Amino acid sequence: MSDIGIVQTKYFEFAAPPEESALENGERLGPVRIAYETYGRLNAQKNNAVLIEHAFSGDAHAAGLHKGALKPGWWDSMIGPGRAFDTGKYFIICSNVLGGCGGSTGPSSINAKTGKPYALDFPLVSIRDMVRCQKKLLEYLGIEKLLSVAGGSMGGMQALSWLTTYPGSVRSVIPIATSLKHSPQQIAFQEVSRQAIMSDPNWKSGNYYGRTFPDQGLALARMIGHITYMSDISMSEKFGRLKVESAEPFKFTADFEVEGYLRYRGDDFVKRFDANSYLYITKAMDNFDALENRPLQEWLKGENVKVLVIAFKSDWLYPAYQSKEIVRACKLSGVEATYCEVDSTYGHDAFLLEVEEESHLISHFLKKVFYEYEVTGNYGI
Amino acid sequence: MAFDNIRADHKAILGLIDPRSTVLDLGCGAGELLYLLIKEKGCRGQGIEIDEQAIYKCVAKGLNVFHGDIDSGLSEFKEKSFDYVILNQSLQQIRNVDAVLQDALRVGKKAVVGFPNFAHYRSRAQIFFTGRTPVTGSLPYQWYETPNLHFLSISDFINYCRFKKVNIEKSIYLEGKREILLLPNLFAQTGIFLIAGLERAVNGE
Repeated sequence: MSDIGIVQTKYFEFAAPPEESALENGERLGPVRIAYETYGRLNAQKNNAVLIEHAFSGDAHAAGLHKGALKPGWWDSMIGPGRAFDTGKYFIICSNVLGGCGGSTGPSSINAKTGKPYALDFPLVSIRDMVRCQKKLLEYLGIEKLLSVAGGSMGGMQALSWLTTYPGSVRSVIPIATSLKHSPQQIAFQEVSRQAIMSDPNWKSGNYYGRTFPDQGLALARMIGHITYMSDISMSEKFGRLKVESAEPFKFTADFEVEGYLRYRGDDFVKRFDANSYLYITKAMDNFDALENRPLQEWLKGENVKVLVIAFKSDWLYPAYQSKEIVRACKLSGVEATYCEVDSTYGHDAFLLEVEEESHLISHFLKKVFYEYEVTGNYGI
Repeated sequence: MAFDNIRADHKAILGLIDPRSTVLDLGCGAGELLYLLIKEKGCRGQGIEIDEQAIYKCVAKGLNVFHGDIDSGLSEFKEKSFDYVILNQSLQQIRNVDAVLQDALRVGKKAVVGFPNFAHYRSRAQIFFTGRTPVTGSLPYQWYETPNLHFLSISDFINYCRFKKVNIEKSIYLEGKREILLLPNLFAQTGIFLIAGLERAVNGE
C-alpha cells in the first residue's frame, strides 16, 4: 500500500534542566522530547522542507510502514513519490505534538523531578507551544525556512500558528478544514468529551498510571468525537439502518451497525491514546486564537507568505464559514491566497479521505511556491 | 506576442490594463484572462470564482483564486486594494449589480466591465420577427436555462454610468473579432468599458 516503504520514528530532545523551555503560560518544561519522522531528502539549498501537522489524535507516523505493521501512516495517501507531498521533490517532516502520547513529552511521560508520570502536574500547553517545539526540531535539522506547513483540523491550527508566530520561517501554509479559533459549539463538544473521561471513576484526577486506566471514559469521548467527524450523509451511506446479529440477551445491545462502529472505534482508541493527553490537547485547541483580534498583517511583519485554504462542504464540525474567515483575514491584509471548498459528503473526515481533490490543489500550489513562478506554462489541467 | 488565439474580448481588456498593475477578476472562470494578464502584462492577480471545477483549473495554472460568489466576496477587500477590478461576462449573472459595481469601484481604482449587448440587431430582429426571447452567439441560452439574471444593452450601461456619476474612460465595442465604431448599440455583440468612480466621497455614498 505504501510507496515509501519502511520508516522509523526518531526522537529529538532539548530543554534539559536548567535550560527548560518557557511555555506560553509562563511555566517551564524540560527536558522535552519530540518524536518525528522524515520522508524524502533535504536538498543542498535546504529549501524543500515541508512540515506536516497532525490532527488531534494523530502522531508522527504520517506515511510509510513501521516494521512489521500492516497499516501505513495516517496521511500515506498524500505523502510519497508522485503524491501531493512528493517525496521525490520535497523533504517531509512530521512530529508528534507536545502534550501528546505518540512519543513526545506529554502528561504520560516521566517527570524527571519525581520519577513518576506527570499526570496533571503537566503544564497546560498551547498550540503555539507545540509549534515552538517544532521550530526547535527544525533548527536541529538545519532548516531555516520551510517551503510549507500543512495540516487538517488541529493540524491546520498549527499551520496558522506557524504563520503568525514564525512568518519569516515559512514560504507558505496550507490550513485545511480548520478555524482561526473554536466556536462555542466546538468547545461544547470537546467539553462533553472531557467530562466523559473525568467522570470515569478510574480517572482518579489523572493519577491512573500503573493502575486501571479510564478506558470507559476515553472510549466514550472518542465515540462522541467520531459522530462529529462524520456527516449525516456519510453515516447514512456507511451504515443506513442496518442491524447486526447479536446473541447478547440485553435490551440495549448495539443493534445498529452505527452503534457497533462507534463502540469499535472507542475500544480501539483506548489502546493507543492517553486519557490525560486527550484533556490537555483538546484544551489547547479550545484556547487557540490565531489572530487575537489583531489583523493578520500585524502578525506577518511584512513577510510574504502564500496561503492555501481548503474546506469541505459537509464538514459541520469545522464549517466552511470558518475557513472563509481565514480567507477574509488574508483579503484584508493583502495576503496572496487561494481558497477552495471541496464538494464532499464525508464531513470533517474529508481532509483524510478526499485525496484526489486535495492532491490536485496541494501539488500545484507547492510547485508554484517551490519554483517561485507566478503562472504555469501549460494551460488547463 | 502571440495574441492570435486569444479571445477578442480578452485581447481588448489586455489593451486597457496598464502593465504590472494589480487586478481582481470577479467571475474569473478557469482563469484564462487572469493568466494572460499575469503572463503578458506582468500583472499581479487574484480571482474569485463560484465553480469548483474552474477553481481546480485556476490552481493548475498557478493562479490565486477564491472559491465563492461575487455578491458576497467583494465586500471584504479594503478600499483601493487593486488597480483594476474586472467583471468580464459576469455582470449579467450577478444578483445585485448596482451594489457589486459600486463595491468594485471602491475596491479597485478602476473597473473593467464586459457584457453581451442585448440590443444587438440580431437580437432585435429575433424579438421583432419571431416574438421570442433571442438566442444568439453572445446570448446562447434558451430562456429556461440561462444563467443570465439581467439583460442589458450598451445604451443601458452608458445610461447607468451617467445616472450613477461613473466616469467611462474608455469603451470598446466588438462584433466577433471586429471592433465596431458606428452605432455600437445596434451592431456590437459585446461592450467593454473602463470605468472609474466620480466624486464618490462627495456624493456620500
